[in-house]
Amino acid sequence: MRALRVLGVGWLLHFKIISRSPFAIGVGVTWPIVNATMAYFMYRAGGHAQTLLYASLGSAVAGIWSYAAIDVTGAVQRQRWWGTLELLVGAPVPFAVVLLPIAIAIASAGIYALGATLVFGRLVYGIPLPLEHPLAFAVAVPVTIASIGVLGFALSMVLMRFRAASHIGNSLEYPVWIVCGLLFPIAVLPVWSRPISWVLAPTWGMRALLHSALGGHPWRDIAVCGGLAAVYAAIGIALVERFIDAARRRATLSLT
Amino acid sequence: MTNLRVFFVGGLISYRALFNWLNPWIFFPTLVIAPIFQVLFFAFLGRAAGLESDRFYVIGNALQIAALPGLFAMSFTISGERYSQTLAPLLATPANRAALFLGRALPVTANAAFVCVVSLVGSALLLHVTFPASTLLPLAVAIAVTSLSCTGFGLLGGAVGLRVRESIVLINLLDAVLLVFCGVNVPLDKLAEWMSQVAQGLPVTHGLEAARRIADGARLGDVAGLLLAELAIGAAYAAVGYALLRYLERESRRLGTLETA
Repeated sequence: MRALRVLGVGWLLHFKIISRSPFAIGVGVTWPIVNATMAYFMYRAGGHAQTLLYASLGSAVAGIWSYAAIDVTGAVQRQRWWGTLELLVGAPVPFAVVLLPIAIAIASAGIYALGATLVFGRLVYGIPLPLEHPLAFAVAVPVTIASIGVLGFALSMVLMRFRAASHIGNSLEYPVWIVCGLLFPIAVLPVWSRPISWVLAPTWGMRALLHSALGGHPWRDIAVCGGLAAVYAAIGIALVERFIDAARRRATLSLT
Repeated sequence: MTNLRVFFVGGLISYRALFNWLNPWIFFPTLVIAPIFQVLFFAFLGRAAGLESDRFYVIGNALQIAALPGLFAMSFTISGERYSQTLAPLLATPANRAALFLGRALPVTANAAFVCVVSLVGSALLLHVTFPASTLLPLAVAIAVTSLSCTGFGLLGGAVGLRVRESIVLINLLDAVLLVFCGVNVPLDKLAEWMSQVAQGLPVTHGLEAARRIADGARLGDVAGLLLAELAIGAAYAAVGYALLRYLERESRRLGTLETA
């Protein structure tokens, strides 16, 4: 019960913090719109105007991943700068329960990117959002955000020992956009890259949103997204305990 | 002599002090891996859209990436000083402001050109795009000119940083404008007419056009007009940026807003 409360309060607190950041919201909303615009122009100029909704949703999911790749991987380092890392590690709850809601709250800021991209596409390019499965869409949005946030959490654990974690995360922004086929079908990619896309939540989140909007089997995609989130969480929790123990033993938590 | 020292030595020291890029753990992911994958991303998007060849995206994005260090570094020059609490002492010095700020632009321009070359070569190798040996030197000139003009454009953003705390949001917007308007991924004739017109007044547009013509076999003399136009645009932005910098410096002193912006 206490863990659930920490998860809920932590998510709300950090979602409020990121929602008041001009940088996070300004940049986080700008680039999905820019990427969507580029994709609209390219698909239109190439004679594929029917793929505009795909570009719209793909840009939004790409925006959610950008938050996870850059801001979530930098979450631990940010706590170091603020001088709160030791306090959080010393709190009488597992550190994973403290960090997990931070990661999901940061990814949740992607809701602004999703909203802005869809509204922009509708107002500027007249792209409709046909919801074949409205309930599935309503479920797919939070599941996609949460699963990408948890992926960011696991990644941040892998990069925990690096001061430059967010810069390394930054370099993973485009590779995941590419391999998950967020703005173009993965059919244009080499075959060897497909198994990589299957283990990444953005692939299934994108499919869930697309199938909810255009028709298909979104529930299967949502289930895979949820399953992957559970796997990422397990990996992240296993790693966090290991790293925290090692950092306590060696007194290297602050990396100074 | 003092001005030359401020220009060269001051520029180099500020580059070493203000940017984390000298750390390989930051330089490599930010200025090598991410730019190469940006090129790959748009090349694959272009393949899916059936619009242009891989070479079009390799040249377009590599040249636009020159804006990345140019824009961001000139902004960090101001915001980094503020973060280090050295902005006020810096502006209290009697150093010549042109030497001070333009000196900071020099290593940034070299950095921009380096990143441009790395992304061009890296993505060309991965996508099997080839360039005739005779085009390499003229391409290097086009890259140098574009890097210079992007740094001039960045000076404008740096100036705004004197007045606006979150100037990084503006810098991202300027970077986005270059990506969308300058014919980087969509040929200018396929953009709306007004967008093509706006592109004529932006850095990257002419340098990019010159680089693409060089890759198609044009000689340096054939694209001299385009490269001069690129230089002129960069110089114009640098002049406006410098004037704005001086104006905002005076205003910051008058209003006492140097640290509160």
